[in-house]
Amino acid sequence: MLDKVIFFFFAGVAILSAGLMVTRRNAIHSAVFLITTLLATAGIFLQLRAEFIFIAQIILYVGGIMVLFVFVIMLVRLDVALHQIQFSRQKWVALLVTLALAAEVGVMLWSSRNVPGQGFLLPNAVPAGKLPPNTEALAGRLFDAYLLPFEIASVLLLVAMVGAVVMAKKRT
Amino acid sequence: MMPIGYYLFLSMALFLIGAIGVITRRNVIVVLMSIELILNAVNINLVAFSRIFGDVAGQVFALFIIADAAAEAVVGLGIIIAFFRNRETVLEDEMDLLKW
Repeated sequence: MLDKVIFFFFAGVAILSAGLMVTRRNAIHSAVFLITTLLATAGIFLQLRAEFIFIAQIILYVGGIMVLFVFVIMLVRLDVALHQIQFSRQKWVALLVTLALAAEVGVMLWSSRNVPGQGFLLPNAVPAGKLPPNTEALAGRLFDAYLLPFEIASVLLLVAMVGAVVMAKKRT
Repeated sequence: MMPIGYYLFLSMALFLIGAIGVITRRNVIVVLMSIELILNAVNINLVAFSRIFGDVAGQVFALFIIADAAAEAVVGLGIIIAFFRNRETVLEDEMDLLKW
């Protein structure tokens, strides 16, 4: 019961502020609503007993990426762009296509709800008390089976850092 | 743990809202934020399936996606700053240097 209340609270906050983020005129308002969405998603991760991802989400996304976004919004002058049209000409076509996609995925999910043995709406998870400590299990898996992807990810971050510095540098 | 269908529907809703943002907005910064929202929606799926199968591999992949999102945001914002310095605009349909 409590699980249900927590889930619907965070899901409602996430969807509501995601919708506000897409429709707000001012980019800084969009950024603030995106932060709310990411925090609500972090709550969903906590409800799924993924404590490490919860903390990583808050520190990396909200503390790192969104601060970067807000900095760039302050660097580029948006007060000019604020008075121009915010949505492109294809918006109604785009909305129609997205609604068609939504109907498609929704029908697919709904029609698979009671496939015997693996229905999507049936809970068959391990009970929460029997889970191993999350961070320990994650670290064991990350530094054992997924060590090579981990190293590749660090190279990717290095390349991104160098690329961003080169790109934002002033041409002399 | 709720039944997994709820998580799939939540993830679908966030993904589609992000897709609407990518297609309809003119401001490139908001488009980049919508892409972050899409990546985040995928993370919900990964973590929910990781929970229901009792296997942490899904959470490992969610971590990789967060790292990817950081790299993508950094490079994208660098491009936006470089472009703004040259053309004084952040609207995506005014970025038509390759069009003739």
